[in-house]
Amino acid sequence: MPGATRPEQRPIAPHLQVWRWHVTMASSILHRASGVALYCAAILFALWLMAIAAGAEFYAPVAAFLASPLGQIGLYLTVAALAFHFANGIRHLVFDLGRGLTPADADASAWFAILFAVAAPIGLWALVTFGA
Amino acid sequence: MAARPRSRAAGHGAGHFIAQRATAIALMLLAPWFVISAAFSMRLGGYASAIDFLTDPANAVGVMLFLAAGLYHMMLGMQEVILDYIHKSSTKMALLLLNTFVPLALGAGALYALLAVNFGV
Repeated sequence: MPGATRPEQRPIAPHLQVWRWHVTMASSILHRASGVALYCAAILFALWLMAIAAGAEFYAPVAAFLASPLGQIGLYLTVAALAFHFANGIRHLVFDLGRGLTPADADASAWFAILFAVAAPIGLWALVTFGA
Repeated sequence: MAARPRSRAAGHGAGHFIAQRATAIALMLLAPWFVISAAFSMRLGGYASAIDFLTDPANAVGVMLFLAAGLYHMMLGMQEVILDYIHKSSTKMALLLLNTFVPLALGAGALYALLAVNFGV
């Protein structure tokens, strides 16, 4: 078929397999993942309030769990998810204003959100443990 | 305007968009406030510190606002996730319905708990 382009030679849409890893891609996925994680955290937060209202006796095992290593890791991860969603959420609000959309700016702010998610729970722990 | 049966959500997207941003801006203030003040006043853990925190009027009102904005915001976000990933109509409907009930139930339960802690209802 002279003149006809064979299907495999036509330009095709980018495939996920050949996409270069990119920090803006990671921040986008993490925004959703942290959002869904915070949905679960909110369920536990509401149940926590109800457990307190149920009285000291009912709350005792909840308090024990929160103080246990597993509970502390859970709280740490929750703060990390919230910190990421917070920083990346602000990033998206800035995007909505039409700012920070150049690749360099978007990359820098994505890295900032990720680093903030790592630093915020450590900083909060340090403040609560060693601060005033 | 003629009825468009295949796009019943037409015209409602802006409301969703605005509500998501409005609650985001509220949470931009409420979330850091809650995390920092809760971490400091309940640093020792236990029942008494939780009661102390929640019976402070400013904290009680703050937690109510945090819950209201947070539950609404997460409902809108999860709705978007469900619409993006779930294509089977019956599953989608069931999850959207669940996504409406869960935040409402949590909000009612948490509000009752806060009132019970503060006023002993």
